[in-house]
Amino acid sequence: MIGLRAPTMVTIGLFVLMYAVFALQFPYMATPRVAGNLLTDSAYLGILAVGMTMVIVAGGIDLSVGAVMAFSSLLIAIAIGNWGLHPLAAFAVALTLGAGFGALVGAAIHYLEAPPFIVTLTAMFLARGAALVLSQDSVPVQHPLYAQMASWSVPLPGGGGLTLIAVIMIAAFVLGGLILHRTRFGSQVYAVGGDARAALLMGAPVGRVTILIYAFSGFMAALAGVVFSIYTGAGYALSGVGVELEAIAAVVIGGALLTGGSGGMIGSFFGVMIQGLILTYITFEGSLTSWWAKIVIGLMILLFLVLRAAGDSRWLNRLRALSSGARR
Amino acid sequence: MKSLLKLGVAALACAVIAGCGQGQDSDQLVVGFSQIGSESGWRAAETRVAREQAEARGIDLRVSDAQQRQENQIRAIRTFIAQGVDAILLAPVVETGWDAVLAEAREANIPVVLLDRRIETADEDLYLAAVASDAVEEGRVAARWLAEEVGDRQCGVIELQGTVGASVANDRREGFAEIVAGNPNLTIVRSQSGDFTRSRAKEVMESLIRSVGGPNICAVYAHNDDMMIGAIQAMTEAGLNPGEDILTVSIDGVPDIFRAMAEGQANATVELTPNMAGPAFDLLEAYLDDGTAPEKWVRTDSPLYLADTAEAEYAQRRDRY
Repeated sequence: MIGLRAPTMVTIGLFVLMYAVFALQFPYMATPRVAGNLLTDSAYLGILAVGMTMVIVAGGIDLSVGAVMAFSSLLIAIAIGNWGLHPLAAFAVALTLGAGFGALVGAAIHYLEAPPFIVTLTAMFLARGAALVLSQDSVPVQHPLYAQMASWSVPLPGGGGLTLIAVIMIAAFVLGGLILHRTRFGSQVYAVGGDARAALLMGAPVGRVTILIYAFSGFMAALAGVVFSIYTGAGYALSGVGVELEAIAAVVIGGALLTGGSGGMIGSFFGVMIQGLILTYITFEGSLTSWWAKIVIGLMILLFLVLRAAGDSRWLNRLRALSSGARR
Repeated sequence: MKSLLKLGVAALACAVIAGCGQGQDSDQLVVGFSQIGSESGWRAAETRVAREQAEARGIDLRVSDAQQRQENQIRAIRTFIAQGVDAILLAPVVETGWDAVLAEAREANIPVVLLDRRIETADEDLYLAAVASDAVEEGRVAARWLAEEVGDRQCGVIELQGTVGASVANDRREGFAEIVAGNPNLTIVRSQSGDFTRSRAKEVMESLIRSVGGPNICAVYAHNDDMMIGAIQAMTEAGLNPGEDILTVSIDGVPDIFRAMAEGQANATVELTPNMAGPAFDLLEAYLDDGTAPEKWVRTDSPLYLADTAEAEYAQRRDRY
């Protein structure tokens, strides 16, 4: 199932084309340093997109990821600064909490038969509120290990480097890809997303799958929080506001359908990279407002909807019937 | 199908690169400016003035609007570093979390100047200088004007504070209180928070007029102009005459307060200048020229404006904000 489907090919093609066009205008954009920056600056969004892909393929949605990320980054900063925990212990606490919180969300969706939109919206308010209760200020992390983690990188030829958080992001995509495309659980995720009732009839444990995918998404959101705290060297309750929508956009640009049963990790990866690329270009250009990024992302999602509809033979038939009806 | 795809892709790429094509002189100074956003009129003015100042000096200024998000600011700074700009201006959205990216800038030998806010960091050498106003001084300027205006007369002042705990509010309060303490005829009769907003300040003022009594109010001091506009509304609705019977002084210098002053409803404002980039360019040019080390905190002026020039000031500012 890991074979590249048509929508994924379109996403990759779009990315390559855009990069080529941008690099023609600003040759500097083609340097390894900029490519390395693209991965580093997209790390937290990429990790969120890994969890989001899993959820969307299963036909769900998770609006809580940005808030969980902010909560985790703040919790880590406070745990290290005020409670004296070692950073690694703080990470373990945050990741466990994230996964547990996600499992609760999944359980609520399954057992209460509530729409994921409402349940995860509630979870978003809960996590953001809890973060603001922890602290309204931005809390700096001062620990020698943090400075090391922030500056560690594999140097790339020609300047720049592959930073630790970029490596974590790539590892998250590989892990997510293996789970989604190479395991029985992954097939069950597609089955649940395609048609939960049919999946149930075929013997897929829908309840278990639902709980696990939201636990996975919660875990990834907490991991994004870890990465975010390394990225900024601080935790802040109001970081990542609206980033859940960017993650959803990345997954959709990557070729997933919000109705479920379709999508993949490779597509989502390039969906994230395309967003980062547009932001980088706008900064390079220097006179455009960064709101253009939103407009271009919106146009892209529209493009994908149109391509989907055009690729759907039923839609084509309907169009033909309409036009022949008009001719008559 | 495939050709349709290609067409769409090409169209999109064109849309993305629309509005490009300017070249770049090799000896022209290139400066990246990571701005917080355009959430207020003042901030929009700051960006506009920065562009004007850059143009006047022949500096190629690249502005990146972070939409209030620190992650966007960090991304912008890293992109500026990758581009190899000559200097970076940063108006930080929060006080912490800048060490890593500023260290990168230092490694690349790119000086960073902070605008209008300062940051918390263990290593002050991470930035070249900060250009910011002195909010304590702003409070002092407001109080000095009031003390001079009332002379020896007894005067009960109402203070409308900004958001509780905000450092600007604390500083503007401190500076004002300092001068009031040296003038026994001035007393702050009530001090309440109006949250820096018009609507909240109007409510607070309404209740203060009821509890203190209009005739007992001699002057109103607000930590920003917006709150003063709200307070003026409350006072006129209560049949009082702000600007004549009740003296007003506030801080920021936004266009609306100049209009109120021109209409005789307000008396004075202390300007928080949106020209933060100008002094920053000055010190950067000196630094890049011959390594002149600037002061760590370059304080911008806090000029006082009165009703006599309000009309002209309003006309000049109306389009900038």
